[in-house]
Amino acid sequence: MVAAPQQTVEGPPPAVVQLRQQQALGRPARAQSILELVGNTPLVRLGRIDAQTPGVEIWAKCEFANPGGSVKDRAALRIIRDALARGDLKPGVRLIDSTSGNTGIAYSMVGAALHLPISLVMPSNVSTPRKQVTSAFGTELIFSDPMEGSDGAIVEARRLVEAEPDRWYYPNQYANESNWRAHYDGTAVEILAQTQGRITHFVTGVGTSGTIMGCTRRLHEHDPKIRCLGLQPDDAMHGLEGLKHIPSSLVPPIYDESILDDTIWLPTDEGWDMADRVAREEGLFVGHSAGGNVAGALRVATELAERGEEGVVVTVLCDRGDRYFAPLKWEKHYVW
Amino acid sequence: MATVRIPTPLRKYTQGQEEVTIAASNVRELIDSLESQHPGIRERICDDKGAVRRFVNIFVADEDIRFLDNLDTAVKDSDEVSIVPAIAGGLG
Repeated sequence: MVAAPQQTVEGPPPAVVQLRQQQALGRPARAQSILELVGNTPLVRLGRIDAQTPGVEIWAKCEFANPGGSVKDRAALRIIRDALARGDLKPGVRLIDSTSGNTGIAYSMVGAALHLPISLVMPSNVSTPRKQVTSAFGTELIFSDPMEGSDGAIVEARRLVEAEPDRWYYPNQYANESNWRAHYDGTAVEILAQTQGRITHFVTGVGTSGTIMGCTRRLHEHDPKIRCLGLQPDDAMHGLEGLKHIPSSLVPPIYDESILDDTIWLPTDEGWDMADRVAREEGLFVGHSAGGNVAGALRVATELAERGEEGVVVTVLCDRGDRYFAPLKWEKHYVW
Repeated sequence: MATVRIPTPLRKYTQGQEEVTIAASNVRELIDSLESQHPGIRERICDDKGAVRRFVNIFVADEDIRFLDNLDTAVKDSDEVSIVPAIAGGLG
């Protein structure tokens, strides 16, 4: 009789380790509602990307792991919870906002889970899948002029609310304090815990500016030396969906440039190329704004490495790339 | 003369005009004429090799030129040509 070779057991199998890591972050493995699964997203090392910046680590917050698929779940949930608490959202009132998609998906998910009616204004050239992914939750869609972009959607939402103010609750994510507070109380606290306070730089794109404002305030409170950088497209005509070129846009009232340490101006192509690269090299298929964020983080890491400095750069993967599939030829009558 | 609809981020090149009229037989000529009348606009629409940028969509009579003949797509005087950035905006 041959004895089976003795196995050396070094800790629990990988699946159990993953579970314990999730529990340590506070993300429940079992939940009473989908809303309990918003936030507490994993932080992942971009080890292939930061291999070119010796001494500088790049880490990314996996916001696509939120149940609605994007970073916007955090703001939408906080905005709705705060509005309910204040009594702004009440029976007979519909929530209306302007959104290109991810916030709309997030409002729709939260609205469905809490049985609240939602209406969304979006440019008519957002992709058909995006229209479907919001209407699937029972959300009402209202379309604005595709030539006017996201600013046109804002203007149209305001017009509707002014015409019938009692019918709507208009949270206006661009001006809503709950937007950045979601990141002040959530995202930034998680980043500090997940990096054991080692973070030296934070980089993320400016859209409504909720993520950068909330994270910057909390990170600076923790340590004013943590450098917080906003990232914007380098031109008004750009293709980094979700990001704003502030000099040519309506400036979000919650945006306060004075608290930022710097701004990175990024060409669209650099962001798109990086989105392709992180898919191929890291196995992370993310959207263009996430690609832009990683490109910005790499710029920061490269500067540090060239100066021979060490660092821990953290950025945000806002959503998945499969939100942005290009239209197929048979869909040639598409609107983006 | 074809009517060209100019998106908001490019109106700084057209003195704020939402529409301009251009005489051209195809999209390539149309962009050339647009550039000569409104210098600087081409670089925002096309890359340094002259191809339409990945994030810019051009529609001739509601058809995306990527599914027609790209820059060689014919333009008739009655056509409306739209230049549309492939984004909406608002994330983050």
